[in-house]
Amino acid sequence: MSSSSVEHPLKRTPLYALHLARGGKMVPFAGYDMPVQYAPGVLKEHLHTRAAAGLFDVSHMGQLRLRPKSGKLEDAARALERLVPQDIVGIALHRQRYAQFTNERGGVLDDLMVANFGDHLFLVVNAACKDDDEAHLRAHLSDTCEIESLPDRALIALQGPKAADVLAPLSPATAALRFMNAGPQQVMGIACYVSRSGYTGEDGFEISVPADKAEALATALLDHNDVLPIGLGARDSLRLEAGLCLYGHELDVATTPVEAALEWSIQKARRTGGARAGGFPGADVILKQLAHGAPRRRVGLLADGRAPVREGAQLFVEQDDPAAAGYVSSGGFGPSKIAPVAMGYLPAAFATEGTTVFADVRGQRLPMRVAPMPFITNTYKR
Amino acid sequence: MTTLFTSDHEWLKIDGDVATVGITDYAQTQLGDVVFVELPKVGKQLKKADAAAVVESVKAASDVYAPITGEIVAINDALAAEPSLVNSDPGEGAWFFKIKIADKSELDGLMDEAAYKAHTA
Repeated sequence: MSSSSVEHPLKRTPLYALHLARGGKMVPFAGYDMPVQYAPGVLKEHLHTRAAAGLFDVSHMGQLRLRPKSGKLEDAARALERLVPQDIVGIALHRQRYAQFTNERGGVLDDLMVANFGDHLFLVVNAACKDDDEAHLRAHLSDTCEIESLPDRALIALQGPKAADVLAPLSPATAALRFMNAGPQQVMGIACYVSRSGYTGEDGFEISVPADKAEALATALLDHNDVLPIGLGARDSLRLEAGLCLYGHELDVATTPVEAALEWSIQKARRTGGARAGGFPGADVILKQLAHGAPRRRVGLLADGRAPVREGAQLFVEQDDPAAAGYVSSGGFGPSKIAPVAMGYLPAAFATEGTTVFADVRGQRLPMRVAPMPFITNTYKR
Repeated sequence: MTTLFTSDHEWLKIDGDVATVGITDYAQTQLGDVVFVELPKVGKQLKKADAAAVVESVKAASDVYAPITGEIVAINDALAAEPSLVNSDPGEGAWFFKIKIADKSELDGLMDEAAYKAHTA
């Protein structure tokens, strides 16, 4: 047995006992023991979230505060702009924005949410990257910012068309939030941070709650008839149908935000000619791609048949091409679409809607059409 | 008719020199909601333990292995139209294929119902 096979104990979120009590099927995920599904199964959990409301434990994700040493929030925002291509200075009070940490080649180190909480920036980052992200922030921003990770906070996502009605009795002020509003809110008298966001394509909320109050809050939400606990399986099929990138699948250190079709997330202020153009890692690559296009692009893909086309399937431009032109980055069956859905990367010339390519599935070349995303109609409260 | 089981959770109903093959209730519970089934072609020759069919749930694809050596003589077209039969009727309606048994001695290595129950207990 090699030393690399030494197992590290899996970490547990503050909702671990609740997952077991509710019959969650636990699997290792990003170093945590997490529920992949509950008794109803991925299909029913997915459809329930689209029809009513689903509760997701996303406590494995990282929560961080960036506090300006000067006391001026703009100093923290300007500092963070050294690491991301987004306009952070322009985030209004109690608004949240999607961003990416980039590297010198323009690739993505992680994607994250950044909110303006008045005296500090509040960040949510991916579980698998959170230690590296914190080190990255410390290495580059310690001159300007106090960096504080918040491991004693849980994070609960409540998603679906009934989410607002479910949350309102516990936190009346949340009903007035619009998509991507974020800030402190009392929920059941608990001091939480609530954002109107999520990662399912549905209306909903993410609620950051002190770890010792998380189970009480989750239990109160689950007591509602419209709410079921939902596992990682349905979380993945929901975000895939919503056309949303997942780090490690659509995004990685060798993929730029423009290749990933995320240029909508890069505001004018940071682009060539903007007030604070460039100045982030890989700016030369990314700004050039914004102006002239990227050599390859993330696309949505729909199959004609019923066979799901999974992550890793190679994509060919012609039925009998010997060499692959691209690959599927995420794929599976879309329970709401009632069809196979996938995302993948193709050379720019083939990344246009309506183009037919061929996916290799167990030696067969199955036709797939480049299709617009999201695959479902999102229901954000803008 | 004798029903036998493999350790990979296939069942076989033996009728003369033909075995009808499906997956067990235990297997469909483990897989979850089945959304696609890929079946072998009639006439295909398979060796014991060859991948014979593929069953896909929302999350993952799993192989169904040939439990014995032989030739595929029939497939269940109903599964292509309604893959969820595997979940709702695994033991009867959701048979996958019929295979002509090449070597009856291979059946000796399979489990009866009591042994399979013990295997999945």
